[in-house]
Formats: sequence, C-alpha cells, structure tokens
Amino acid sequence: MRWIWIDRFLEFHPGKSAKALKSLSLAEDIFRDHFPGYPVMPAALLVEGLAQTGGILVGHANDFKEKVVLAKIIRAKFEREVMAGDQVLFDVELTHLRPEGASINGRVTAGGLLVGEAEIFFAHLDQARSKQLFGDNNFVFTGELKRLLGSTQMTKGAPAAAPVSG
Amino acid sequence: MPTQDEIYTKVSATLVEALNVDEEDIKPASTLQGDLGAESIDFLDIVFRLEREFGIKIPRGELFPESIFSGDPDFVQNGRVTEKGLDELRTRMPFADIEQFEKDPEVSAISDLFTVEMITRYIQGKLGK
Repeated sequence: MRWIWIDRFLEFHPGKSAKALKSLSLAEDIFRDHFPGYPVMPAALLVEGLAQTGGILVGHANDFKEKVVLAKIIRAKFEREVMAGDQVLFDVELTHLRPEGASINGRVTAGGLLVGEAEIFFAHLDQARSKQLFGDNNFVFTGELKRLLGSTQMTKGAPAAAPVSG
Repeated sequence: MPTQDEIYTKVSATLVEALNVDEEDIKPASTLQGDLGAESIDFLDIVFRLEREFGIKIPRGELFPESIFSGDPDFVQNGRVTEKGLDELRTRMPFADIEQFEKDPEVSAISDLFTVEMITRYIQGKLGK
C-alpha cells in the first residue's frame, strides 16, 4: 500500500494555507477489511490526510530542508463518516511556524458537509541528532510527496501550485 | 497589565489544554514533567499556546532551555550542579526558583525547576518589559 492519502492539491498558498482533494475508491486496500460490505474511511487516515496536506505546507515553508514529523494531535473530532465513492477535501491553515516546529488547523469536508476537524502539531527533527541517525537523507520528503505539488500544475482546471524547489 | 493571579489562571488553562490534565490537579508548585506528565514534545506546544494567549514572542530556549550544561565539567560534577553551574542557571533562568534547587542540586532534578509558578513568573517578566 502506498502511504499517500491525498490525490491532488487544489490550492497552495505558501506559508499560509492549502487545500487538497482525496477521492475514495472501493478499489483501495483499506476497504477490504474496513469493513466488508461497509467501506468507511478510518478517521485516523483522515487525520493522516490532513497531516500530509499540512506537512507539505510546513515543509515547503522551509524549502523542504527540515524533516517535518507529526509530533502531536492536539485535538481531533469527527462528526460523520465518509465512504468509498466520496470526495474528501482537506483544508489546512498554518497557525504557527518556528524553527523548532509548526502547528496547523485542519478541516475535513465531503459534499459541503463537515466531516471532522483536527489541530496538528509538527516538530522539526533536531538537526544534529537527525543527521547522526539518518545522515543527510530527508526521508520525510521523498520524491512522491514533493512530486504531488508539481503534478497539481499539470492538471487542468486546478489553480497552479507554488513552484517546488530542491 | 494583568495581575499575577490573572496570569496564573491563564497559564493553568493553557496547561489543561496542552497536557490534557484536570484544572484541580494544577498547583503553583506542580512540576510539568513529574506532576503533570509533560513530555518533551509538549513543551513546544505549551510555548505556542502561551504566545497566542498572551500575545508575546518566546524565543527558542528562553523559557525552557534545552541543554544548559551540555556535559560541561565546570557546570556539573558527579551528577551535581557546581556553583558555577548554579550561576549559569540564575543567568539563564532568572524566573526559576533556584533557591529551592540549590539545597540539593542533583542534575537529574533540574526538570523540577519547570513549574506552573515558573511559567507565571516568566510571563509576568515578559509582559512587564
């Protein structure tokens, strides 16, 4: 299974906010077990979708030089379920950005209805320590997550995303 | 400028949210890690919330210094903080209760300096400037 829970950025305002889209397909592996005959998207993966939308926003703000890791889900509340066939929107706003980390507010909607909200806190992995453990490799922003921003520009009708550097 | 009580009330409310603790568990002398169960990642969350709540900027390492002594033998000997180390603490954390700590300056007890009262005093100093 590929660990990518957003399909496309619809909006990307560097250092401010981002909006991403995820279409849920019955062909996805998760729906085999979650649940047979009742393909409901696990709320934890909706939080992951928000975290990926927000994580790329945070990463972009520092030119993808920092290793941005999800550190804490400050709060998360879900109002309704989304199922295979639904289109989910992740709206994320950057609320804090500092050398040590960042936080975002996120909203999940589907068909104009609120699905859930979460506040997520990211840490920048300590530079010295991370270098010792992982070397120079930025394992967070591998090609796939960064390509996602670029691929948005190729799609018709979607507003152009911010340029991806690095 | 808010009174010390007002600051304390806001600091408590901030900790209730950041650490998911009950308000009645928070006392002025409560230590963030020992009594309130804060983990290292919570410190940054607390800093974010205090900045928002009080409209101040808290530079990195000012409220919660990360590594004060970094293994310097001038500051720490046999697991205890030296006189020079205590001076360093007074300089770096003038808002902390070093007097209590210096009675038994075990380096492992440094985290006990981080109390609700300490944050309150820090904010008070910050707002007074």
